Parts: sequence; structure tokens; C-alpha cells
Amino acid sequence: MKVSDLTELALRNLRQSLLRNSLTTVGISVGVASLVAMLALGIGLQRLASRRLKASGLFDTVVVTSRRDLRSFNREQEMSGPAPAASPALDEPARARMATLPNVIEAYPDIRFITELRYQDKPHLAMVAGLPASSRNNDAFENLQGTFFSRATAHEVILQKSFAEELLGKSSQVRDDDSSVLEISKSLLGHELEMRYSERVENFPQASRARPRATDPENLEVSYSVISHELKLRIVGVTDLDPESMRGQFRARVFVPLQLAEDLHVLQPGNIRDTTRAFSRTPQYSTVGVKVKSAQDVPTVEQAIQRMGFNTLSIVDATHSMRQFFAILDLFLGIFGSLALAVASIGIVNTLVMAILERRREIGIMKAVGASDSDVKRLFFAEAAVMGLMGGAFGVLLGWSIGRVINIGANLYLARQSFPPEQIWATPWWLVGGAIVFAIVVSFVSGLYPAARAARLDPVQALRYE
Amino acid sequence: MASTSNTSTSNTSVPLAVQIDGASKHYRMGGNLIRALDGISLEVAKGEFLALLGASGSGKSSLLNLIAGLDRPSLGQILVEGRNISAMSPKELASYRLHSVGMVFQSFNLISSMNVLENVELPMRFAEIERARRQQLARQALERVGLGERLGHRPSELSGGEQQRTALARALINRPRLLLADEPTGNLDSRTGTEIMEMIREFNQTMEMTIVMVTHERPLAERYASRMVFLADGKLVREQTSNAGDLALEERHR
Ligand SMILES: Nc1ncnc2c1ncn2[C@@H]1O[C@H](COP(=O)(O)OP(=O)(O)O)[C@@H](O)[C@H]1O
Ligand SMILES: [Mg+2]
Repeated sequence: MKVSDLTELALRNLRQSLLRNSLTTVGISVGVASLVAMLALGIGLQRLASRRLKASGLFDTVVVTSRRDLRSFNREQEMSGPAPAASPALDEPARARMATLPNVIEAYPDIRFITELRYQDKPHLAMVAGLPASSRNNDAFENLQGTFFSRATAHEVILQKSFAEELLGKSSQVRDDDSSVLEISKSLLGHELEMRYSERVENFPQASRARPRATDPENLEVSYSVISHELKLRIVGVTDLDPESMRGQFRARVFVPLQLAEDLHVLQPGNIRDTTRAFSRTPQYSTVGVKVKSAQDVPTVEQAIQRMGFNTLSIVDATHSMRQFFAILDLFLGIFGSLALAVASIGIVNTLVMAILERRREIGIMKAVGASDSDVKRLFFAEAAVMGLMGGAFGVLLGWSIGRVINIGANLYLARQSFPPEQIWATPWWLVGGAIVFAIVVSFVSGLYPAARAARLDPVQALRYE
Repeated sequence: MASTSNTSTSNTSVPLAVQIDGASKHYRMGGNLIRALDGISLEVAKGEFLALLGASGSGKSSLLNLIAGLDRPSLGQILVEGRNISAMSPKELASYRLHSVGMVFQSFNLISSMNVLENVELPMRFAEIERARRQQLARQALERVGLGERLGHRPSELSGGEQQRTALARALINRPRLLLADEPTGNLDSRTGTEIMEMIREFNQTMEMTIVMVTHERPLAERYASRMVFLADGKLVREQTSNAGDLALEERHR
């Protein structure tokens, strides 16, 4: 029989017992809805967690340190690679080489120093870090209040919320008076902050603050002086999320443009060693940040840098266990979601077996006028498939609606707690399509037994039966 | 009509439509064996109008179902136009029922949820004939049985005679060469019964269709059939050529 005829006959038969078949279809819908809802929750939570991690700014970044400073970030790296003494220096040529590795967008020195910042004549101690221009696209600055730096050398500063609160004399420890970034930024944006720092000056024959970044390798007579400076910085932005949460105690709460930070030649922790030990002619960095095109490229770039003899740290290790956790969570949510669908599939079997009993004679007639066993079988499969398709479609719609409602509810709650809205529910297209396909597959499987039974029906018996 | 080409063939050289060799059908009911058919051998010539007579329970329907390919004999074999249908696979048997035989029943056996046109169309769905062609053929068949105006009616809205005419149209739709009728007038009054019988006779004469009809009404068989076969307890007990049959044959060969 042709597919069009099968569909037509199936729909006609389903209409014959409209109530019963509708109830069965509703059963499938509820099953699919519960499956969709559960998986949407799992996917939504995973995405939320990924977004949080991404906001840390390290998702597509590899942090490189010299083995001279720190043997490694983990035991695995400690065992391999060169000994600290034999390992290369993390200097400008090394940074330049990293920048040319495949899939690397940029390699920028990580300049950070602890220094004193005065606001309204009150001193505050904070870790200051230089931010490359590419950070503008970092998710951490998505909810930035104010603006990003206007130029790479602008005398401007972006504050992390907790430091901003400190400036305003609020304690960030107490969660109750957790004020919104918007509120804080209002009283800070445009104000000036005075940074005190110590400049490291290389004593060239004609030392100048405006000399190029890479020093002249010919010049061997280098020595250092340390000079104290003050610099006025304008507060241009306050960020809620902590862009450097992964760095632990090294995380900065005050950010200045990277170029500015470089030009200031602030004495950094790593420089102290340089001044006490042999000095090199080129600038050395304690840390270099390597920005990678996409998160997938992180492992290969990490390996390449490790082969160069440096330590690397990325978030890939952290996300690996996170993905594992969510895979297990999704599995459990999927199993619980499928339970309702399993119950619904029993409903399909029941409905179709009932239909066989009722339509015994009709099946006998069809066989008597020439229907083959497979025609009868396919007709019952078609009925199961139509119920599956409709149940699946309605179910996805229902599950999606449940998700929407819960999302709206959750965001109302978050808004009352003055948290930014979150998408804790996600129904990607593959889930929608997959759920409908799954519903049809389940219906087919449910139709196996009834269809086989209908096909086996003896027409002589069926026609004798009155 | 096709009958004109048949005028040259003599009665004896007409090839066999149905050949039954020692067919038995046994049913097991509880502990004992029921011999519904017990070693039946019978030949039906092409274009013949055969009546199967016998008391209720004598095995008439069982024999007809074997010829129809709805059932298989427990013993023996059945050949239709030289093909051994007892050895066919279920699929081949379905195709045989679809293309080679038409059946009408005492209880009409129409599908109640389908209207007249859809009922007649049904076998053509299994034959995978295009919808437009299907509807055209079904209309023609229904006009032939005088139901051209009742296409959209449900079986329950029709009289018994009209229902049986619908069933006849359905039986003829795939142009089978063999029509099997199981007490086609059993549920009809004598006037409508006669109407149906006239139609069956017309198919036999104008379309050269072989007819095997089960009935327990001897007068009906005598009036329309060319040969009568009597069954009792699953066995063939007697055979008789009827006058009507002779008349019909004579008419045709004249
Ligand atoms: N499926 C069956 N199971 C058991 N006995 C059957 C079955 N079908 C027919 N019979 C028996 O076989 C005999 C012949 O039945 P049937 O061919 O219907 O007779 P008829 O059509 O001549 O009235 C009857 O005794 C009937 O009870
Ligand atoms: Mg009978």
C-alpha cells in the first residue's frame, strides 16, 4: 500500500475512536513534555555553568609562566619538561613566538602589580592588571557599567565590583546589603583615582620613557633605577562579574589598559629576581596570557607552549570534570523524563490491541479482498506513528511552555533578589527534533506487537466471528 | 465482449478454472477432530457457473474459503488456472486474492466506517492504483450495479440488496476471473435476491467469469447454475447438471 493511502486510512481509523486515541496521544505528549522539560533543565544548567566559566575570561586563554618561577601547576607537568634552571625565560621573543602559533589570536604579557590606590585621599591596596583590547569582547564585560577603555594608553581604570564597594566603604562580605552594580557605578563613574607605583627605569645612555617596547640588544650596559610615581586615572567602568576569578590570590580587582600598564614599567614581582640575578636585555614577564581562537584549540596550543618549555594553565581541565558531571546529570534527567514516555508507550500498546479486537472483522475483510499481512502490519504501524508524531509535537510544545513558565518564574525571583536574569532552561533545536523522533520511535516499538498480532489474524476466523 | 471469442471453443476443451485434488480441512476442537472437508476432488471449468449445495455445517463455506485462498487445506491441493495456491507463500496468496478472485458473502462484509465508493475502492488501494483511476473505476463498477447515485452513502444507510450490490462491485473491481459467492442471497428477500442473482449471471455470461456459489436454496441453484454439487459431512455426495446451465451454455454457443 502507498504511504499516502496508509496515512489516510490510519487517520480515518484514529478518528473512529477519537476520544480513546486522543487520550493515548495526550499520554505521549505528557511523556515527551517531561522528557523535554528534564533535558532542557539539564542543558540550561550546563549552559549557565559554562557561561559563568566563560565569564572568567580563561575559557579561551592559556596562562603561561616560566618554569624558573614556578615548577608547574600540576604534578604531571612537574615530571615532564626541562628543569627550572634549564628552562627558557619568558621574555619578549618567547611571547612573540607564542603569538605566531597556529590558532593563537594574541599573546600578551600579563602585567600585574600590587600597589596603592587613593580615592578621596583614602589609601587602598589592590592588585592592578593590564587588560588587552581584546578583553572588550570578554563575556565578563558584558554587563559592564560605564564604558571600556577609550584608547590603549588611556589613563582610565575599570573596577571590579568588590573593589568599587570597598572604595565606597561598603563591605562586600555582608551579602545582605549586596547593592547592584548600577547603583555603585553611579557614584564612581567619572571620578578620579590616584595610583602610586614604582617605575623600573633601565639606565640607558639616553633613557627615555617613550622608547620602544623591545630594547636594543646591542646595548649591554643596562642597570635599573626605581622611581616612585603618581598617576591620576579616571574610573570609566565597573564590572559585576569577576573576570579573573580563576586566578585565586593573584586575581586583580583593578584594570588599566595593557599598553598603559606596559608603558609605566612598574616594578613587578618577577623583576626583583632580575635585579638580583643576571639581567637580560629584553623585558621578562612573570606571566603571558595566550588568547586562543576557540576553546577547542586550547589543548593543542597548551601542548605547543609546553614543548617550548613553559608551564601552562587553562580552564580545559576544569571544564572537563564539569562536562562529565553534566553528562551524568543529563543521563539521570533523561531516564526520569523517559519514564513517563515508557508509561505512555504502554498506553499505545493498549490502544492498538483494543483496536485489533474491535476491528477484527474489518481486518478480515481487508485480507479477504487482497490486503497482505504487511499491508495490515503497516497500517497499524502508521496509526502508532501518527499518534507518536502528534504526541511528540504537542509534547515538545508542552515541555517548551513549561520551561518558559518556570524560566519566567525563576527570573521574577532573581529580579526580586536583584540578580541579573538567567536562562536556566534551554530547548535547542536538536532537542525539539530529537524528542519528536524519539516519540515516533517509541510509538513504532509500541506498535510492534499489536501490528504483528493484527497481521497474523486469520481472516476466516475473523469473518466467522459475528 | 469477450464471449464472442469463446464461441469456437467446445465445452470439453474449456480449460480448468479450478482443480481440487483430495482436499481435506480438519479442525481440532478440544480432544476430537472435526473433518469439515474430507477428501474432496472437484473440477470447475472456465466460464462455468457452479453451485455448492448442502445442509448447514456440511462444509460449503470451508471449501469456498480454500478456493479463495483464505485458508489452506490440511491435506490435498488446490489449483486455480493451473497454479497451486496451496503451495503459495502468504504474500503470493494475498496477491492471488487481490487479483484473481472476487468474493461476496452472505453478510455483505462492507466496512461500516467507509462510504460506498471507498468500500469499492479498497481493493485498489492494496493494488496501489492511482487515486483518480481508482475513483473512476469504482464509479463505473457502481454504475454497473445500479448504485451510481449512492456513492457517498454509508453501508448502514443502504438496503440489504444495495449493500450486496456494493459488495459485488467491490468483488469485480480488480477484474478477477473467478467469483466466489457464499450464500449471496441468504440475507435478502426473494425479489432482491433475484436481482443479485441476475447480476451474477450477467457477469458469468458477459465477462466470462467463472462462478462458484454456495447456497442451500436448491431452486435458486437450479435456476442459475450450470452444475450443482452436493456436500454432506465434508464429502461430495452428488453432482447434477441443471437445465438452466444447459440453457445458458446453449445460448452462448448458438
Ligand atoms: N474454525 C473452526 N473451528 C472448528 N470447527 C469449524 C471451524 N470452521 C468450521 N468448522 C466446522 O466445520 C464444519 C463445516 O463448516 P462450514 O464450512 O462453515 O459449513 P457450511 O458453510 O456448509 O454451513 C462445521 O461443522 C463447522 O462447525
Ligand atoms: Mg457457510
